[in-house]
Amino acid sequence: MDLTFTREQDGFRAEARAWLGAHVPGEPLRSFDTAEGAKQHREWEAILNGGGWAMVPWPVEYGGRGANLLEWLIFEEEYYRAGAPKRINQNGIFLLGPTIMEYGTPEQKARFLPKMASSEEVWVQGWSEPNAGSDMANIQTTAIRDGDHFIVNGQKTWASRGAFGDWLFGMFRTDPESERHKGLTFILAPLDLPGITVRPIEQLDGLPGFAEVFFDDVRVPVEHQLGEEGQGWQVAMSTAGFERGLMLRSPARFQDTARRLVELYRANAADVEDAIRDEVARCWIGAEAYTLETFRTVSRLLAGGKIGAESSLNKIFWSELDLRMHELALEILGDRGDLLPGAPAAEGVGSWLDGYLFALSGPIYAGTNEIQRNIISERLLGMPR
Amino acid sequence: MDFRFDEDQELLQTTVRDFLEGEITAEVVRGLWETKTARSPELWKTLAEIGLPGMLVPEEHGGMGMDEVDFVLLLEETGRAGLAEPIVATAAVAAPMLRGVGGDLAKQWLPKIATGDAIVAVGHPSLPFVEDAHVADLLLLPAGDELHAVLAADVEITEQPTNDPSRRIASVSFAAAEGTRIASGADAAQLWETAFDRGALACAAQALGACDRMLQIAVEYTSERKQFGKPIGSFQAVKHHLAAVKVKLEYARPVVQRAAHSVASGSAKRGLHVSMAKLVACEAAVFGAKQTLQCHGAIGYTWEQDLHVWMRRAWSLDRSWGRSPAHLARVRAAILEPDARLGAGTTFSNA
Repeated sequence: MDLTFTREQDGFRAEARAWLGAHVPGEPLRSFDTAEGAKQHREWEAILNGGGWAMVPWPVEYGGRGANLLEWLIFEEEYYRAGAPKRINQNGIFLLGPTIMEYGTPEQKARFLPKMASSEEVWVQGWSEPNAGSDMANIQTTAIRDGDHFIVNGQKTWASRGAFGDWLFGMFRTDPESERHKGLTFILAPLDLPGITVRPIEQLDGLPGFAEVFFDDVRVPVEHQLGEEGQGWQVAMSTAGFERGLMLRSPARFQDTARRLVELYRANAADVEDAIRDEVARCWIGAEAYTLETFRTVSRLLAGGKIGAESSLNKIFWSELDLRMHELALEILGDRGDLLPGAPAAEGVGSWLDGYLFALSGPIYAGTNEIQRNIISERLLGMPR
Repeated sequence: MDFRFDEDQELLQTTVRDFLEGEITAEVVRGLWETKTARSPELWKTLAEIGLPGMLVPEEHGGMGMDEVDFVLLLEETGRAGLAEPIVATAAVAAPMLRGVGGDLAKQWLPKIATGDAIVAVGHPSLPFVEDAHVADLLLLPAGDELHAVLAADVEITEQPTNDPSRRIASVSFAAAEGTRIASGADAAQLWETAFDRGALACAAQALGACDRMLQIAVEYTSERKQFGKPIGSFQAVKHHLAAVKVKLEYARPVVQRAAHSVASGSAKRGLHVSMAKLVACEAAVFGAKQTLQCHGAIGYTWEQDLHVWMRRAWSLDRSWGRSPAHLARVRAAILEPDARLGAGTTFSNA
């Protein structure tokens, strides 16, 4: 066990810190779930990509810098430390990207990854359907082979970034006679194809963070199939593993929230109950524990290990921690916690209310925490189905 | 940066796990409960044969010469086994204390610890009772700001029965004399401080093992026990109780392992890391006790069912070497210091 960084890793950190220090926008951007904010975030991603920092663990040829997962965690630490913008293309770079790396053909990698890294193409998640939420295997949207195209019919919903995104990925039923996990295929589709209708849905914060996507005889070229036909479930589980764990939710995010929580407590210590102080300390410990467990996992992965159902443990841990931290922050702020940013007395309330609303979605998306507990009990503990 | 244990360390863990599984069953523990001391000199000698008591004793004194990183996986195994012998007091705390004191005392006692011929108990100044005093040959005890090494014959022991028949604690009094004093002032304070960290770390590691064992017992039981025509472990209400324990356990483990590394390397953040570890590991174990009891229903509430052997260990470990509020206070103090470095990128820095 060696818990120190090498000189090379320290050098990598210093390089990232210097670049981010020189380039991170001074003013916070608007939410990427607004038209103006989406534009701002794409511009930021172009700058990030220009510096070669868009997706550091990817090979250079696809817009990365060939870093390993440990350096990825270091970069993330520096990214959050610098207060850099949220990643508008997180569905692409953190979820679909690694999946294409694993299952894509050389042509698909060359076609999709560079534009994903640069956010010229922003990706939309097409998992859920009206009748396939927690019961994901109940997908009913069909993609029937017709020569060198699929003819797609049906509906996806809760499609994150649907309002301002460009391409959608998801599972489609390519064998209409099939049931459950069989007969599904992972397909990528540009949202500007004829027959696609996108209807944005306002989320709890009032912004269109996701959308319904309707498919009416949409012709999608077969070269946009990812992985084998009928193997969509296996491909999707790979994507979900990244979503539940270290790519989408690297520890830096929560370390940063914990730091801000401690600072908020310090600034308001005179006005809050002692019991809150203990809860703040517990949250800080939680962020540390999440960090340590992630570094442990990455050490294992770098040595050739695999991650499987363990990502369900991550998902529960970070989502509950994130929510708890935001709940506490609002408790510390007291009556001011409910103020919108524009309220006259809102100085110093920061973005905790917005963060709280977002944190409430954590136990729901990427598979509800109840589904994760099923996975943990059946696949990690070996309990009966 | 590599958070993994090496192959030798993992191999030793497997060896010790297999050994303890063979030696210590619930029947063995229950049998010891019926004895006067709840300790077995034969078992202690057997443990010495595989090197457990002398794990932290330097090789020159006949020990294994290992450090806390090597030891932490084995301590977890002793917790999994429900081992009640004085591994924490003698092997994890007293041995490195004596190593720190050095001189004739170390020369005299460390070899005996390694061979299983001596049990050494430690009465920490911050704790009211002394664990395993009733079987100790030598006791390391506080008097004011001094540290004394006192032979069993020279102390008065008043046993204090507890809720866990495996846990034997006592009030200890003795007459401090020039001849028993082995350190004072800053030297003694330093020894007490590291002793506290080592004791808390060892309890945290044992708590992980106890928690894992309770999970295993509950998974087995709920897979067998049928109601409504199905194993109760197929019901989500039951599954989710145990999944919640698994989450807490798996996020406590790396905290404990990092604390072991900090103790072994003498990190300036050692105390902070140990307190975090003690807190989360014991919380996982106490939570595990509650959840696994619930999953058993009434049978778990009987003396006959073995689950409570480990439930009581979980409660005992939570109470040993600093209760949770004390450890939380240490964490709180560290992170609320005005110049505390927090946030992304600070986890592995020693400043």
